Amino acid sequence: MALLTPRRRFLATSLGLVSAAALGGCDRFAGTDAGRRTLRLGEDANRFAQRLLLSPAALAREFPDSAISPWFKPNGTIDPPDQDYRALAGAKFTAYRLAVDGLVERPLSLGLSDLRALPARTQTTRHDCVEGWSCIGRWTGAPLSEILTRAGLKPQARYVVFHCADTMEYAGGLDGARLQPETPDHVRHIQLAAAGSDDWGGGEPEAQEPDRRTPIRYYESIDLVDALHPQTILAYDLNGSPLPVGNGAPLRLRVERQLGYKMAKYVMRIEVVDALTGIGGGLGGYWEDRGYEWYAGI
Amino acid sequence: MIRLAHWINAVALLVLLMSGLQIFNAHPALYWGDRSTFDAPALSITAEAGADGASRGIVQVGPLRLDATGVLGLSKTAGVETERAFPSWATLPANQDLATGRRWHYLFAWAFVLNGLVYLLYGIGTGQLRRRLIPDGDQIRDIGGSVREHMRLRFPEGEEAKRYNVLQKLTYLVVVLLLLPVMVLAGLAMSPGMDAAWPWLTTLFGGRQSARSVHFIAANLLVLFVIVHVLLVLVSGFWNNMRGMVTGWFSLGTVRP
Repeated sequence: MALLTPRRRFLATSLGLVSAAALGGCDRFAGTDAGRRTLRLGEDANRFAQRLLLSPAALAREFPDSAISPWFKPNGTIDPPDQDYRALAGAKFTAYRLAVDGLVERPLSLGLSDLRALPARTQTTRHDCVEGWSCIGRWTGAPLSEILTRAGLKPQARYVVFHCADTMEYAGGLDGARLQPETPDHVRHIQLAAAGSDDWGGGEPEAQEPDRRTPIRYYESIDLVDALHPQTILAYDLNGSPLPVGNGAPLRLRVERQLGYKMAKYVMRIEVVDALTGIGGGLGGYWEDRGYEWYAGI
Repeated sequence: MIRLAHWINAVALLVLLMSGLQIFNAHPALYWGDRSTFDAPALSITAEAGADGASRGIVQVGPLRLDATGVLGLSKTAGVETERAFPSWATLPANQDLATGRRWHYLFAWAFVLNGLVYLLYGIGTGQLRRRLIPDGDQIRDIGGSVREHMRLRFPEGEEAKRYNVLQKLTYLVVVLLLLPVMVLAGLAMSPGMDAAWPWLTTLFGGRQSARSVHFIAANLLVLFVIVHVLLVLVSGFWNNMRGMVTGWFSLGTVRP
């Protein structure tokens, strides 16, 4: 190899220093406002490209029943700690009401029997988690478009927001109260799945001190393109049986062309809005306010 | 143009690799088919308690199990032993942060794809791709000789060093026209939106989980290629090569007798 002349040694040292600084600097860059804005450009490009390629009516793949996963992995909240929810679940959700309000002509309050009386859609689809895994399940539910048609959208309506029953954390930044989907639960989970158990533990229930802190419950939103899509349903059955608590009983959203975290579980209220600024941190969803993409088509 | 594209590509691939390992860490197991078979992954990198009660980092590939404590499955993050598939020095961001990892990955995926398209259009338009990467007739005939020369780490000198040798051309062709496009397509095949727009793509890879595994395997092959590529740049005259790759000025030197 060629000799290391002083100039070359200088070049090599500079190159080493620059690359080390670049790698350390990446994390610092991502922590700044300009950094976050730059990194978000990828999401804008993804949404633009996919909306270009996807016609509003393009359907997500549907599978034969033979492809159904023997065990549909529950993720995120798997057992809401909230006392109101526990009371509903204890009575088999007979007292459950879904509220539909916001920018609608006729606000609705629907029980499970009302929802089951609506035209139903059944679809066997693949659930893709942002973590990387997939499960296939057969969902039955009421198309969201049926509900929105009955409520009647006002002309200003742009987004549909889903308010859920499950507390994710408490306002005021309580350390450790946040349930991260990227904690190493999957490690335990892979081992427990082998034993056929679905009790792999999401996070610690926080039911002990219920009233002194303000709970932040799960929330999500989609735009009207996805809200009116034929496969966007509010599911009450999974594989022919009422939805288990771990998978979002009594009602969960299915948005089949996006990732799992968009498909809110334990849905209590549907609110139609003209902008997302007033919802949570303003980015449209619990995980969106914590860095994840609002458009989760990839 | 080609030199600029090469260096943009190098930076983009490094960011894509490190953020990709971050994303892999969120669910460090691979499967085949449409769905995850959680109890029987094709590959997994996890931590588990050893016989002595201490945690071990275990890489499992089918029936094979490998203890990789310290690097894979279990490694130190800022001095603290942490359960994570790939260690913090290999991931972007360094700490476990799937959301930011995805942001880096998609931003640089766009940079990589646009840069790659410019390279391909320019390379095809000017005929450079064909001239540089398709082996010439005499090279094909002497492929055995080229293999023998490589085994002895002897490289072409003088006029012959002006063109890529036959093994180099074939490797670059496989990387540029097969490995990198497979990376992009397998990545797209994992997207639920793309699966609705182009269902044939996910079918081509045999399902979303297969596509994820192919994406991971192709990334490993690319890393292997880069290691060999950099080693050969080093042993075949680092400074002359670097000058050629940066400025375009490559010295043929004096032919040794």
